Amino acid sequence: MSESTTTTTTPTARIVLAWLVPVIPLAYGLYNTLKSALKLFTQ
Amino acid sequence: MAALSFLDRKHTVAPPGYSRWLIPPAALAVHICIGQAYATSVYKAALVQHFNTSLTSIGIIFSIAIVMLGVSAAVFGTWVDTGGPRRAMFTAACCWAAGFLVASVGISSKQLWLVYLGYGVIGGIGLGIGYISPVSTLIKWFPDRPGLATGMAIMGFGGGALVASPLSSELLARYSGLDKASLATSTVPGSAVAKLFITLAIVYFIVMMFGVFTIRVPADGWKPDGFDPSTVKQKAMVTTNNVSANNAIRTPQFYLLWIVLFCNVTAGIGILEQAAPMIQDFFRNGDTSEVSKAAAAGFVGVLSLFNMAGRFVWSTTSDYLGRKNNYIMYLGVGIVCYVLLALLGSTHTAVFVLLCAVIISFYGGGFSTVPAYLRDLFGTYQVGAIHGRLLTAWSAAGVAGPLIINRVLDSRGEPGKLVAGDYRPALFIMVGVLAVGFIANLLIRPVDSRFHEKVEHHFIDDDNSADPDTVPAK
Repeated sequence: MSESTTTTTTPTARIVLAWLVPVIPLAYGLYNTLKSALKLFTQ
Repeated sequence: MAALSFLDRKHTVAPPGYSRWLIPPAALAVHICIGQAYATSVYKAALVQHFNTSLTSIGIIFSIAIVMLGVSAAVFGTWVDTGGPRRAMFTAACCWAAGFLVASVGISSKQLWLVYLGYGVIGGIGLGIGYISPVSTLIKWFPDRPGLATGMAIMGFGGGALVASPLSSELLARYSGLDKASLATSTVPGSAVAKLFITLAIVYFIVMMFGVFTIRVPADGWKPDGFDPSTVKQKAMVTTNNVSANNAIRTPQFYLLWIVLFCNVTAGIGILEQAAPMIQDFFRNGDTSEVSKAAAAGFVGVLSLFNMAGRFVWSTTSDYLGRKNNYIMYLGVGIVCYVLLALLGSTHTAVFVLLCAVIISFYGGGFSTVPAYLRDLFGTYQVGAIHGRLLTAWSAAGVAGPLIINRVLDSRGEPGKLVAGDYRPALFIMVGVLAVGFIANLLIRPVDSRFHEKVEHHFIDDDNSADPDTVPAK
């Protein structure tokens, strides 16, 4: 079994949706942390 | 139980065509949830007030959880490897959610021991099992880039605190009727924290279930397209043999790596623990500091970002540089950074922030590179179990790091009156700690062949046994 088989049968949309599960909360956390971190350079 | 048979390893073998790129988000889902453990400061003050107790008594909740993380990872590591990642992730999700719920009952009934039992013991077991559950699976799916794979997952643990902290603040504001701006100055009622815990239990359980149902183990003989296992044999520090967890702890390599991880974590925790007051003390003029409280909080945010980024970037880099070389960098450059911090850290805030950021990125990198280092030394057979046992170094460093910093600072004066010079003894102790780790890393050699498994190991497919089946080598 090789990955060439793998990539042809797993829909790309499923992979994208799966990645959204961790990426959305991580993006929310990163945004809030960056907002807080900016205070180091502005205050 | 038949109803739970979907958790069996035989039901998690990937069908042909299953993309390996579905495995990292499954692992990340679990690690982001358990990473909440580093966001407890949001409700610490509320619990102190609610239980009418000391900060130390509340701090014990987190300490129990971290100790249980190390203990459960060590004790259940072999079970995680043999039972498969889905069973382990499901157990971790149940423990993590149950921990929050039991702690919530403890808060509502004002029984602190229930919070210790819930979040500390039950949740801590969820932490340990959850932390190691996807590691060996990721390494098997990414034999060509194990550092990248484990870096992605363990980055999630660092990211979990970034998510939980603002989310908890939002929810506490909603449940207490306060606005977010006044959360820092007003006392949040215990009932709001109890509701927060119930919400987190439900949300984390659902997100972790995504990991449970998405995770798969590769079928026997699977390899990524274009990957040639013979290229692995060409690297001196990478074995194609396997060492069992029981044998691994009989090798000097395990203990040398334990020392490496312990030293790297101890040095990093030293700064993380003290980050906000440290930057203010380094730039103190008399009773006031050039760095405001808000800016100091921003500095903690910068460190969190570098902690998270280091977990991914440095672990990925180790696929190209080699694990040993990466640790030479973490510990060697770390020594230089600590010396510079002690001597030049107070000259400019940019110098201070840059040096601390590099040190913390190495701290994160040390966590995420270690599973791949273990794979290189001991093979993939029981790498999850070996990783679990190695994590006791984290628990030990969690005690040693803050102890060193706090003892030195206590001997130098009162908090709020310390200056950069008062930190120098502690920083030079950390230089010594890193030097010990540096030497331990240099001493690591490939594992002696007498510890290698004599047979190939396969996992039983036709029952629920937790023991691996063995067949003679071909």
